[in-house]
Amino acid sequence: MKSKDYEVIVVGAGHAGCEAAYACAKKGHKTALITLNINNIADMPCNPSIGGTAKGIIVREIDALGGIMGKAADQAHFQIKMLNISKGPAVRSLRAQMDKIVYPQKILNMLNELPTLDLIEGEVIDLIIKDKIVCGIKLSDNQQIKAKIVILTTGTYLKSSILVGDQKTPGGPHGEKTASALSNNLNRYGHSIIRLKTGTPPRIKKDSIDFSSLIIEEGDQKHYTFSHDSKPYYDISNQQKCYLLYTTEKTHQIIKDNLDKSSMYGGFVEGVGPRYCPSIEDKIVRFSTKERHQLFLEPESLFYDEWYLQGFSTSMPTDVQELMVHSLPGLEKAKITKYAYAIEYDAIDPLQIKPSLESKVLANLYTAGQINGTSGYEEAAAQGLVAGINAALSLEAREPIIIKRNQGYIGVLIDDLVTKGTKEPYRMLTSRAEFRLILRHDNADLRLREIGYQVGLISEEQYQVLINKKNHIDSLINHLKTTNLSTTSETKKLFKINKIEYPSRGTTLYQLLKRPDISINFINQFSNLDESENILEVVEVLIKYEGYIKKADKEIEKLLKLEAKQIPADIDYNKIKSIATEACQKLNKIRPETIAQASRISGINPADIAVLAIYLRKEYGKDE
Amino acid sequence: METTICAIATALGVGAISIIRISGPQAISVVNSFFMGKDLTKVKSHTINYGHFIDENKKVIDEVLISVMKAPRTFTKEDVVEINCHGGIAVTNKILEILLSSGCELAQPGEFTKRAYLNGRIDLVEAEAISDMIYSQTEAARALAIGQITGGLSANINYIRNQLSDILANIEVNIDYPEYNDIPVITTEKIRNQLKAIKVELNQLLTDSQNGRLIREGITITLIGKPNVGKSSLLNALIQKEKAIVTDVAGTTRDLVEASIVLSGIKINFIDTAGIRKTKDKIEQIGIEKSLKAIKEADMIILILNNNEKIEAEDQDLLNLIKQKNKIIFINKSDLEKKIELSRAEGEYIFGNTIKDNGLNALKQKIIDTFNLGQINQQDPNYVSNIRQISLIKLALKSINNCLTEINDNLPIDMLTIEIKNAFDLLGEVIGKTYTEELLDKLFSKFCVGK
Repeated sequence: MKSKDYEVIVVGAGHAGCEAAYACAKKGHKTALITLNINNIADMPCNPSIGGTAKGIIVREIDALGGIMGKAADQAHFQIKMLNISKGPAVRSLRAQMDKIVYPQKILNMLNELPTLDLIEGEVIDLIIKDKIVCGIKLSDNQQIKAKIVILTTGTYLKSSILVGDQKTPGGPHGEKTASALSNNLNRYGHSIIRLKTGTPPRIKKDSIDFSSLIIEEGDQKHYTFSHDSKPYYDISNQQKCYLLYTTEKTHQIIKDNLDKSSMYGGFVEGVGPRYCPSIEDKIVRFSTKERHQLFLEPESLFYDEWYLQGFSTSMPTDVQELMVHSLPGLEKAKITKYAYAIEYDAIDPLQIKPSLESKVLANLYTAGQINGTSGYEEAAAQGLVAGINAALSLEAREPIIIKRNQGYIGVLIDDLVTKGTKEPYRMLTSRAEFRLILRHDNADLRLREIGYQVGLISEEQYQVLINKKNHIDSLINHLKTTNLSTTSETKKLFKINKIEYPSRGTTLYQLLKRPDISINFINQFSNLDESENILEVVEVLIKYEGYIKKADKEIEKLLKLEAKQIPADIDYNKIKSIATEACQKLNKIRPETIAQASRISGINPADIAVLAIYLRKEYGKDE
Repeated sequence: METTICAIATALGVGAISIIRISGPQAISVVNSFFMGKDLTKVKSHTINYGHFIDENKKVIDEVLISVMKAPRTFTKEDVVEINCHGGIAVTNKILEILLSSGCELAQPGEFTKRAYLNGRIDLVEAEAISDMIYSQTEAARALAIGQITGGLSANINYIRNQLSDILANIEVNIDYPEYNDIPVITTEKIRNQLKAIKVELNQLLTDSQNGRLIREGITITLIGKPNVGKSSLLNALIQKEKAIVTDVAGTTRDLVEASIVLSGIKINFIDTAGIRKTKDKIEQIGIEKSLKAIKEADMIILILNNNEKIEAEDQDLLNLIKQKNKIIFINKSDLEKKIELSRAEGEYIFGNTIKDNGLNALKQKIIDTFNLGQINQQDPNYVSNIRQISLIKLALKSINNCLTEINDNLPIDMLTIEIKNAFDLLGEVIGKTYTEELLDKLFSKFCVGK
């Protein structure tokens, strides 16, 4: 065991912890990453995929800022898809099936390259605190390690219990022990604790599955990468298959007959589970008229033979799980290698966190990931990265970065957490973003790389690539604006072959592209644009949806105006007599930093905001 | 908002009783110090207390009834006291004077409403409705305002907003859960049908809003014609029959208003104009410009011609001027020899005689028919009646129309959500559910705050 002082200690080496430790150490700060079990670094205890709607864009944003999730995912997946292609440019998002053995290795490789990072095995039981300022941690073996900043990324391990039927066992995923002392201590220091629940489905042995009756789900026949810096590593034709199947009438009957045996319905669970990711018994109770529910079988790794039964998360006792699984087509003889379980754990109330992810209760303490009430690898990694960056910036006596809602899903995520709080594990959805047309897959680097560069996680070389890309975009737009559609017979023929109407009068390519039936790839067929696919995609969106983007920009301008209206940190809400009591309590608790943030707090209505704005004008003379 | 405000709440000089309303933290204690009767600081909330109002020398000013209403269950959510005194100007003013010299401030117009809004007691629509009610001059306008206070309009708008949010939720679930092919797929066809239904409802609100405006503001009719053709006589004849309302808005741009009558419960404002002709006289020029403006802004024009004269160039000019307007041509002096020759193409006309009151009923019936005044349901309180609300609803309708166009252009569904969301927010703004800076600006401009 190394025993020395650090600048930053990160507690927990999941997806949040790894990003946080990487950001701090990459920026040259002496960093310790402490984990209960060094073999579980960057572990994927639940679904074997990264990305998905909105989440895939978060991974792009992490990469734009200089994080590592995207790079590791690019090297570790065996199937990748672009979701929502037909539903519009704003909601396209990557999703990839990860090899659960390879992904953690790739992360570990990147961490091992950092000379200022130490990996330490141990259980953190308490913080060292002086005058409400955190200055280190205590381990269960009574060792103390000092640090200027501590980042807690404890995942589901805070006072966690595993639930299977009526069995409730204290412990974390993989039979690890739970960290209960730390949770009690956080509570003692003034953090409100909320209890959350999540679950995971059973794993099935591969050679016990009869794939013949299942519907094949293939990867896309096109190359994609999460990272802006990666080239695709994989062979398109050599992607693994996933399978689609449905529950049967028999499955539903088994579940209904045994409902009182499940942890959830038997009343053994205190935590609040996510609505968007319900257990199979939940689905059957809540949507009782639905005849069948969709499930997927996904391989977890090429290095072992367990398959993940997505959509079948349950807290039934093991004997009922056997019956349930065997009622599914293709799984009549399936062997369950790991039973499904529910897990409940402590999280801190995110309303006690600042937008920088520093705690409002204790200075120099940062939190990220499930401890803040979120769910999902991507949401965790995003917060870990922001916490790591802001910890490092604080050590450098620089202002924290706060990504705005119009700059990234990461901004939406953190703002939602610290402004609205959460009662269930928070998952990102595209509908949570009011400017999703701006927050696209194709422009994550254009939105955030500049910030990554200023922070110091994006190299000069990567930055030049960005500048170069911007130049290419500008010059392509200019080219399209100044080039007229060719009138050659070959071009006209191409229109005819594709059954596209040739314009009756002369037009620029720019005007042509605005037509709903014209794609930039079609233009590329007769007018060689000589640009990469990504540039073509960005430019197509910018031109086709120019009107909408302009509209969104106007809305953003309005938001930024409100964001600019700072609320003084020392404001005494009790002095604003005419504000509703509920609003006053919420404002006191959340202490929003701007009028815009205040207006997003649930339970605060426009009248309260008006009163607050008037009060600020009167008391602080903030007249514009 | 810590001051205590007071004002006379009833019309001065009319009625047997006057009410003085006081609102704010000092309301009860100030009144109590000039009250001979029970100790008002100790009475229960929402009680009426008999006693005498006295001055600083304990001299009785009047016999009064005092309502004490304690915060927060009051109109302004502050302590409110109402003094019912005998309605003479001298007594009422004296009481007000005493209150003002004891630390109360005179309420600005609309300030009670403003406090009610700022204290979260009422939403913006309701605040606007109350201010409308204060300024309403007919029974129908008052009923409309009361209806809005009780939230009829808000309920209508909420209903439409709910439909929009259902469509949005349906689209969002399709976007956020693409891997689940057992979610009912939202087709553009489905969205199109739902939006069409919403469009009908918004259009209905706007059609009704026309009526709402008529109820609230009345109909403005401008009388034009050559000098001495009988404009003023017509006006006088019209108002003789009905009880004229003395307007209180003189001295503004509307100083052309001559008189109003009530037809079928709707206020009709008649504006008499200066003659319109070419002139070099500067003062007369100003008068003519005002007349032109009055013509432009009028809901209807009555052009008065002389039965006894041929159409002259000046008459022809006026006819041309009002070609596009809603109009009635009143041909006066029907008792004299008919010399006028007018083609039906110029519009409908009515022969009449202001001296013998001939043709006046026909004229009024024509006004009633033109604006369908008989059809307006004055009891339906859900008419959208103010310009801010109407323009927001128009914008929401525009968004719905844009969205329908986009569906025809095969735009992807995530783009459709932008206009739908926009319509949703605009309707929210109508009922004060969406906070925007403009709303605040409007607020600041409407209620003098923030100096």
